[in-house]
Amino acid sequence: MSDWLLLILTMIDATVRVATPLVLAALAGLFSERSGIVDVGLEGKMLGAAFAAAAVAYVTGSPWLGLVAAIAAATALAMVHGLACITFNGNQVVSGMALNILMAGLAPTLAFAWFSQGGQTPLLGPGRRFEPIALPFADAFAQIPVLGEIYGRITGHNILVYAAAVSVPLVAWVIYRTRFGLRLRAVGENPSAVDTAGIFVGALRYRALLCNGLLCGLAGAYLSTAHGAGFVRDMTAGKGYLALAALIFGKWKPLPTLLACLLFAFTDALQARLQGVSLPVLGQVPVQAIQALPYLLTVLLLAGFVGRAMAPRAIGIPYVKER
Amino acid sequence: MITRRHCAVTALLAAGVLAQGQWAAAQEFVPAVVFDMGGKFDKSFNEAAYNGAEKFKKDSGIAYRDFEVTNEAQREQALRNTARRGASIIIAMGFAQATPLLTVAKEFPTIKFTIIDAEVDLPNVQSVKFKEEEGSYLVGMLAALSSKTGKVGFVGGMDIPLIRAFACGYGQGAKAVNAKVEVFQNMTGTTPAAWNDPTKGGELARSQFDRGADVVYAAAGATGLGVLQAAKDLGKLSIGVDSNQNHLHPGSVLTSMTKRVDVAVYDAFKTAKDGSWKPGLKVLGLAEQGVGWALDDNNRKLVSADAEAKLKAAEADIKAGKIKVVDYRAANSCPN
Repeated sequence: MSDWLLLILTMIDATVRVATPLVLAALAGLFSERSGIVDVGLEGKMLGAAFAAAAVAYVTGSPWLGLVAAIAAATALAMVHGLACITFNGNQVVSGMALNILMAGLAPTLAFAWFSQGGQTPLLGPGRRFEPIALPFADAFAQIPVLGEIYGRITGHNILVYAAAVSVPLVAWVIYRTRFGLRLRAVGENPSAVDTAGIFVGALRYRALLCNGLLCGLAGAYLSTAHGAGFVRDMTAGKGYLALAALIFGKWKPLPTLLACLLFAFTDALQARLQGVSLPVLGQVPVQAIQALPYLLTVLLLAGFVGRAMAPRAIGIPYVKER
Repeated sequence: MITRRHCAVTALLAAGVLAQGQWAAAQEFVPAVVFDMGGKFDKSFNEAAYNGAEKFKKDSGIAYRDFEVTNEAQREQALRNTARRGASIIIAMGFAQATPLLTVAKEFPTIKFTIIDAEVDLPNVQSVKFKEEEGSYLVGMLAALSSKTGKVGFVGGMDIPLIRAFACGYGQGAKAVNAKVEVFQNMTGTTPAAWNDPTKGGELARSQFDRGADVVYAAAGATGLGVLQAAKDLGKLSIGVDSNQNHLHPGSVLTSMTKRVDVAVYDAFKTAKDGSWKPGLKVLGLAEQGVGWALDDNNRKLVSADAEAKLKAAEADIKAGKIKVVDYRAANSCPN
């Protein structure tokens, strides 16, 4: 019994850690895509933010300054995307891919130039990372048998994990309950109607991209200064694309997107535990098959179980005012 | 007449001087290293080669050329350019350079090549391989001796026979100490990206700690840094690889399985310089000091005198052939 409980709890624990950057990035994508701008550049923005966070945290000794730098870097990249897509009506997929390729090259190059450690930043020691924090009453709960175990897993994550947890209801509230959210949804569906109402479409989309940059910055900082301890080349390892898939999977809605991210993270945690374990019927499954599990699941779910994913209607189309 | 003869003598002299100049140029010794992805400061495999090359530079006063491969397409280009610019000996780091080297070494038959961690069968190529299973056997013993839970872990990088050889040797060593020890094994991935994913490495290590392991051995390049970090964060023990990584987290890195790539690089340069360099396969094990385990001030307190004595004894037995460590690459399977 206690073995099973421990297994389940550690799985949930791992799921939460892996899901955090996915959730933050997917919510970032939600702002952008709901406003009508395709965001395949999540990967690049996260990578840029991860590098900025690690570099600044190492130099200044403060993860908080690193976080500020990460948000600044991701926002700057989001603005470049905005300039190409909103101001100059460029192709949004091309611009996003350009960001990904740019950061994949630029981040290690800068790291090499500044730290000469082969495209990495130096390892971040204690005090330069976001450390686990204990929630109130952690000690009191620890005495209670089962509840203590459970609460022991809720407490003791770093602050960015809690930030991601809070961001989901917060984003849902902004999108569904505020004037900005209403306009944001409208501009993604029918920008000309919004324009007719006297609201500047471009400005609204730029504001959506500011929110996008903020959340991407958090996601990147999590990778290099909270979950990891330093920047390594290509450390996002496809998480930006996975977040985008989760967003589509979640039909561009905050809560279903969260569930999609948790599902991806869960399969990841599962595959770490399934490697080299003999299963009842199948016997020992080869590593390759287990590592393909998250992707296989994505294809199956997207193809069969999700139903039609309705994208915001104006997505990908630059808004040009009719003359 | 006199002037004409004088001219001829001058010409001859000049020719002699020229020839001598050419001879000197041909004798000029230019060593070079082509590092693989990860770069020369990866704190692991490539950095060991860098240290060896630096030592040669210090001892002989001869500078070396280097190139850091940053993507997969660059390897062949890097080798060819280094060869074209007139290197005397080129060290190619890593198994991934075997295929490009096969092409390039044929194009430059007069240049000496040494490849680390792979075998290329050409008359101007020296292949240096290590008995990773022997070093891993020793750190596996130390892991089992240090484990309080009787469970130890292994996190590999890319799933290739080389990394399986690490895992296999480690398992054999752990089982030799305690037949009941449980060894968890995870590979990070099946593509080269698996060498560069420290967050995944950290997650895999955590999954093993969650299952009760208290020592985890990382053989995964930069991914291993995440494993070492996770062990440090959770107050567990880890084992580094290739270079001595004990200093990364003193008190948490139990030891490092050192692969003396630095010695191999130094020797290749030195023998190439004095003319005793030979092509063919060199396999370096414990007996040749090619592999080993690191004991220094950073982990002195973690290793008991008893454990140290047991490892020393096993080391002697392996050297003497009394203990035979199975090599996964030769056997294509693992005894446990």
